[in-house]
Amino acid sequence: MQTTTTGPPGAEARQDATVAARAVDVWKVYGSGEAQVAALRGVSVDLGRGRFTAIMGPSGSGKSTLMHCLAGLDTVTRGEVHIGDVLVTGLGDAKLTRLRRDQVGFIFQQFNLLPSLTAQENILLPLSIAGRKPDRDWFAQVIEIVGLGDRLSHRPSQLSGGQQQRVACARALVARPNVIFADEPTGNLDSRSGAEVLGFLRRSVRDYGQTIVMVTHDPNAASYADRVVFLADGEVRAELHAPTADAVLDTMGRLDTGPVGAGRTVGA
Amino acid sequence: MLRATLKSLRSRKLRLVLSGIAVVLGVMFVSGAFVLTSTLGASFDSLSASVYAGTDVAVSGKAPVSGGEPDENSATVPAELIGDVRAVSGVEKATGVVSVSGARVIGADGKVVTTSGPARLGTSWTGTADHRRLRTGREPRAADEIAVNASLAAAAGIEVGDRVGVLTLQPKKTFTLVGVFGYSGDRDTVGGAQEVSFIEPVAQELMLGRTGVYSAVVVEAAPGVAPEVLRDRLSAALGDTYDVKTGRQLQDAAAEVFREALSFFNNVLLGFAGVALFVGTFLILNTFSILVAQRVKELALMRAIGASRWQMIGSVLVEALVIGIVASALGLGAGIGVGALLAYVFRHVGNTDLPMESIEIPASAVVSAFAVGTLVTLVAALLPAVRAARVPPVAALREVAAPDRPLTRLTVAGVLITAIGGAALGLGLAGQGGAATMPLLLGGVLVSFTGIALLTPMIARPVVSVLGLLFSRSVPGRLGRLNSARNPRRTAITAAALMVGLALITGVHVVLESATASFTTMVDTRVKADLIISGAPGGDSAPTFDPAVLGRARQIGGVREVVGEYGDIAMINGRPNRVTAVTDLAAMTRMLPLRATEGTLATLPAGHLAVDAKRATELGLHAGSTVRVRLARGGVRTMTVAGVYTDDDVYRVGGWILPAEAAHDFRVAQPSFGYLRLADGADVSEVRKQIDALLADSPEVTVGDRGAFIAQQSSQFDTILAMIQLLLALAILIAVLGIVNTLALSVLERTRELGLLRAIGLRRSQAMLMIAVEAVVISVFGALLGLAVGSGLGATVVRALRKEGFTDVALPWERMGTYLVLAVIVGAFAATLPAIRAARVDVLHAIAHE
Ligand SMILES: Nc1ncnc2c1ncn2[C@@H]1O[C@H](COP(=O)(O)OP(=O)(O)O)[C@@H](O)[C@H]1O
Ligand SMILES: [Mg+2]
Repeated sequence: MQTTTTGPPGAEARQDATVAARAVDVWKVYGSGEAQVAALRGVSVDLGRGRFTAIMGPSGSGKSTLMHCLAGLDTVTRGEVHIGDVLVTGLGDAKLTRLRRDQVGFIFQQFNLLPSLTAQENILLPLSIAGRKPDRDWFAQVIEIVGLGDRLSHRPSQLSGGQQQRVACARALVARPNVIFADEPTGNLDSRSGAEVLGFLRRSVRDYGQTIVMVTHDPNAASYADRVVFLADGEVRAELHAPTADAVLDTMGRLDTGPVGAGRTVGA
Repeated sequence: MLRATLKSLRSRKLRLVLSGIAVVLGVMFVSGAFVLTSTLGASFDSLSASVYAGTDVAVSGKAPVSGGEPDENSATVPAELIGDVRAVSGVEKATGVVSVSGARVIGADGKVVTTSGPARLGTSWTGTADHRRLRTGREPRAADEIAVNASLAAAAGIEVGDRVGVLTLQPKKTFTLVGVFGYSGDRDTVGGAQEVSFIEPVAQELMLGRTGVYSAVVVEAAPGVAPEVLRDRLSAALGDTYDVKTGRQLQDAAAEVFREALSFFNNVLLGFAGVALFVGTFLILNTFSILVAQRVKELALMRAIGASRWQMIGSVLVEALVIGIVASALGLGAGIGVGALLAYVFRHVGNTDLPMESIEIPASAVVSAFAVGTLVTLVAALLPAVRAARVPPVAALREVAAPDRPLTRLTVAGVLITAIGGAALGLGLAGQGGAATMPLLLGGVLVSFTGIALLTPMIARPVVSVLGLLFSRSVPGRLGRLNSARNPRRTAITAAALMVGLALITGVHVVLESATASFTTMVDTRVKADLIISGAPGGDSAPTFDPAVLGRARQIGGVREVVGEYGDIAMINGRPNRVTAVTDLAAMTRMLPLRATEGTLATLPAGHLAVDAKRATELGLHAGSTVRVRLARGGVRTMTVAGVYTDDDVYRVGGWILPAEAAHDFRVAQPSFGYLRLADGADVSEVRKQIDALLADSPEVTVGDRGAFIAQQSSQFDTILAMIQLLLALAILIAVLGIVNTLALSVLERTRELGLLRAIGLRRSQAMLMIAVEAVVISVFGALLGLAVGSGLGATVVRALRKEGFTDVALPWERMGTYLVLAVIVGAFAATLPAIRAARVDVLHAIAHE
């Protein structure tokens, strides 16, 4: 286990084959004039293919913003975002939608499922939207991983929070996207359900080579990842590989000594 | 509390405006009706005041036949009466005038000039001392000269110097147009009436049937003699053989007739208002329900911090009240506009040339606008208000997914209310209600609709699911279908808005279609005539033709038999009755379904008549019985029943059949129908051509086979159908508003879902398609309901009218198909705005958690 500070932007080699998504000097500024807030201040980060990366940081540090930018849900103010070998920055809505549909999976903290569809329909929804046929074996395997076999015909309102979140994971996995983004997937769950969800996120990375990027502020959740990137004040402050919960907590503690909270106002 | 209410009201302006529009429309029609009637009424008053300005008192005859339609037209006074009138002290001047409706001018295009209701008067020229004003040419001086009023000259396309054909009590006569006149106040017409003026003896001959009589004697009082005083003196002097009235009384009577004619428009407008408001109630109910559902947390929080149930109900009702008042005010404004517009149209397009000094806004318009508008809104908001009060305070703390409340209670209520409505309808149709029949029918229909609307949520889920299958191929289609089945109440009420309008329209269509079908069946199976001479029904005087045509038709090779039929009203045993005179009853029995049950129909000698079995039973008549008959001309005569017949169907012949001679004493001694039977193997189209030639001078009628006859006689439904199309347009407009409203609220409610879908790759176009499918499913559901309910309603009415000759129930499949297609278009159209909104949903905004 080692702690490193990030190098200058672009210092890491461009090993495209091993990078699933990449941010290059990304700035995100909300509002204008007096009310201007910089949520991201020159973030550069490469997210390795087949790896489980956690993005950590205190509340308001810009984690969600970074994830939204990386996933093509939001536009960046400055800098570039790539997914696979596609330059996301500057794409129009139609192309972005396609990119999300074909290359990206999502797991949100809450409200992941359509209430009118059954669990199975929810899981297969991205494929249906894309007009793709599900791979039967893979579907069976995913169901097995998330352990939902007997709940497939239930509607979300008939499932517990943990089960709902597992359905969301299955939905993200079943299309085998280039990268799955998860924003605080265990934020609303009790510790046991949370552990289950994190367990098979890790399993899908280890056993099936899925790339996952997870935003969290829970050190315990972060310890499931291969690598943890620490954000504070809209900047990447530190990074951990193969972390333990204690190491994450420790690093967080040190970050906390610095100014933390809402991004500072930046000049024009 | 009030401030919170008003604030939340302001933040949801658009949606409330949408739901309020239906109320605005309803109120608009109500107040428009009041404004139109009083504006036109006032202008007519001022018009008739000027018309009767020169008439202090008028003396007219009492009609020999009264209670029927052609009333005062057959009442005459003898020329000698003028002398008697002049002899009464206080009479300055007495003039005999002829003024009777039924002078039909043939225009430059060879067609008879019609009006949309006002009379076509034939008058004697009495100079320009009264309100007539010569515009061009001169007054008629010879027997073959006429003058016409300016609006008639324009409508007929004729000018001074032209030869003009005029139909009167006698067949077409040709005159030279020597003058065109207007009226005092520079008017072209008096309230849309047409006037042909002849010299006095010609007017008497053609309009009254003989010379030496007048329609009335117009009296001018000597200075200082009050019209009322003179009237009483004249009454006393002339006895009760004559009607003596002051100009003022005539003016009031004319205004009364005019108001009656207007009441038709009034009822149409009020009908529209009823539909708009009834449907509007559904819209408001839906909007408030959805708003309450969306604000559960907010409402629960209010409850949690101490608001009482009554305060919750109050807050919703205050919202409703504000909307009601605003909508009423807007509706009143729009109604004044509509009333003014219609009055303008009535004046200029309807060619009535009514003076229009100002737009009258009666207090009744204002009062009814606000009463109706606010009441409807409050009633509609009552249920949602109660629901708001039922929100438990804990709902603020936990996630309450709107549970699917069971529909049992609603369904039971629906069944009950439908049953009550059905019973009222049945009672009304059975004719048991007497004076209450109309309210029973209307109430029955409204209550039934309400009941059915309550039942719709029950039907909504299965029907919508099945409907949606059509779209299930694509993912957006499937999602749209699921969404529409998601909240059956909401879908049902939205669809019910369309249902009501379409059901009404379909119902009327079914009745009309069945009437046509029954008539067709009857004509096809019972009428054996090969050719029929007839005119289009409707208008102020029945179409007739030259009786000489009948005789000439008999001479045509290939024609076997010809029967002419004359119609009029006569007093039989002192009561008005429709009577028919036929030239050859025996031949008629071979062409029309008449069968003797008593006596004979083989011959009908003078002084005899035949009567249908129903009337015979009512009056206890048998072959050989006698009745007292008074025709338009001649005294009371006693006639013997030669035969009693059944015509066991709708055929108009029903009633008293008199021999041909009697027709001479009919008001119009010209036949209205001619039936021809041809020899076997005769060339129908050849005969037709020859008869056509005979009818050249009788432009009001045509000759055709049974098919043409059916088409012509059913054409009277065209006006009703036109009205219905208007109603349809209104119903659709409101339904579109309803769908837009529901979808807009649904889109708002499902912002997060839409965001999620967009995040995982749903394209904008797919999101729009999803909303469109939802809208189309709702509107098609509403249309299907409407078609089904309307067909049921129409079929019930038709069944109830079986005794009146409705033998067939016919559904207007083609129209129904059109309505269904229309529903798809309407749905897609209504989806446009909400769909654009759905496509614009910001993904980030939608998935961000509070
Ligand atoms: N839409 C927005 N408009 C303005 N400021 C925003 C918006 N979204 C996020 N921010 C600000 O950007 C900063 C980072 O937010 P976020 O990425 O949500 O933080 P985290 O997910 O780490 O808690 C915060 O200061 C937040 O207030
Ligand atoms: Mg966050």
